[in-house]
Amino acid sequence: MDNLVIAGKKYASRLLVGTGKYKDFNETRTAVETSGAEIITVAIRRTNIGQNANEPNLLEVLPPSKYTLLPNTAGCYTVDDAVRTLRLARELLDGHSLVKLEVLGDPKTLYPNVVETLKAAEILIKEGFQVMVYTSDDPIMAKQLEEMGCVAVMPLASLIGSGMGILNPWNLQIIIENAKIPVLVDAGVGTASDAAIAMELGCDGVLMNTAIAAAQNPVLMASAMRKAVEAGREAYLAGRMAKKLYSASPSSPTEGVIAKTEKKPVSGKS
Amino acid sequence: MIQLTINGQPQQFEAPINVAQLIDHLALHGKRIAIECNGEIVPRSRFSEQMLTHGDQLEVVVAVGGG
Repeated sequence: MDNLVIAGKKYASRLLVGTGKYKDFNETRTAVETSGAEIITVAIRRTNIGQNANEPNLLEVLPPSKYTLLPNTAGCYTVDDAVRTLRLARELLDGHSLVKLEVLGDPKTLYPNVVETLKAAEILIKEGFQVMVYTSDDPIMAKQLEEMGCVAVMPLASLIGSGMGILNPWNLQIIIENAKIPVLVDAGVGTASDAAIAMELGCDGVLMNTAIAAAQNPVLMASAMRKAVEAGREAYLAGRMAKKLYSASPSSPTEGVIAKTEKKPVSGKS
Repeated sequence: MIQLTINGQPQQFEAPINVAQLIDHLALHGKRIAIECNGEIVPRSRFSEQMLTHGDQLEVVVAVGGG
């Protein structure tokens, strides 16, 4: 069985999905179920004080008994905010230590601040967290995060929510080639072919949210993404043919093509 | 009279209360939440022990949809 292994735990699905930006919890649940994802990200936010005491909770819709929840630090711009958010998440999820660290550097582009990310990762790892880390597609940074003890490195394909696809496959290839831990593309996937390309490059998995949630039909896109990740993985394992500008070797046999007919001369009238 | 800041909002209380009493007051009993007081996690096991004092800053969080 070709499993994704993160921090010693096996997962059959290589597609990880976010749970934000859906119309309602019903759509969230249906899209997540259709995607086949086993690891799903959640955000940690202040509860509304004194409002809607009986409103449904995300974790009732997507229970931790069914999914591996991956709390994130989305919206955190400092080491302190990110570390505190994940300590709260661990308490919230009964000591669960697998987390997604992201420390952003700029509210306009949501580009990661890799310097702050390194500092936060170091603190979290010391505190016993299993850190899946969102980062830029800088191969040196990815390697440093791995050496520090992160359990997965998650470079961007393009900016969060942009849907621009894989802008630098070459850097991703270097990161994948050098890594001994899983490499997952996180952010930037726009449609199924982007996910397939990421997997064909040799990524161990893909994490996405907006590509599914912002599709015209999110549930159908969740289905497409599931297939794309599976197809891309199989294509990677199968090993693609070499590219060449042209080929003198057609797919059908060159031998045995039926003969050209000669026009039979019309027999002369006697 | 004590004042606590809960998720950025100041609230007055007649007398000092513990975290468990605060949770009841906020109608959050039985909800899956986590609480931080002045930057430190308050473990669930200590909700009824930890007293809150004037000026404490609390963060009360839940899991929400996110990517």
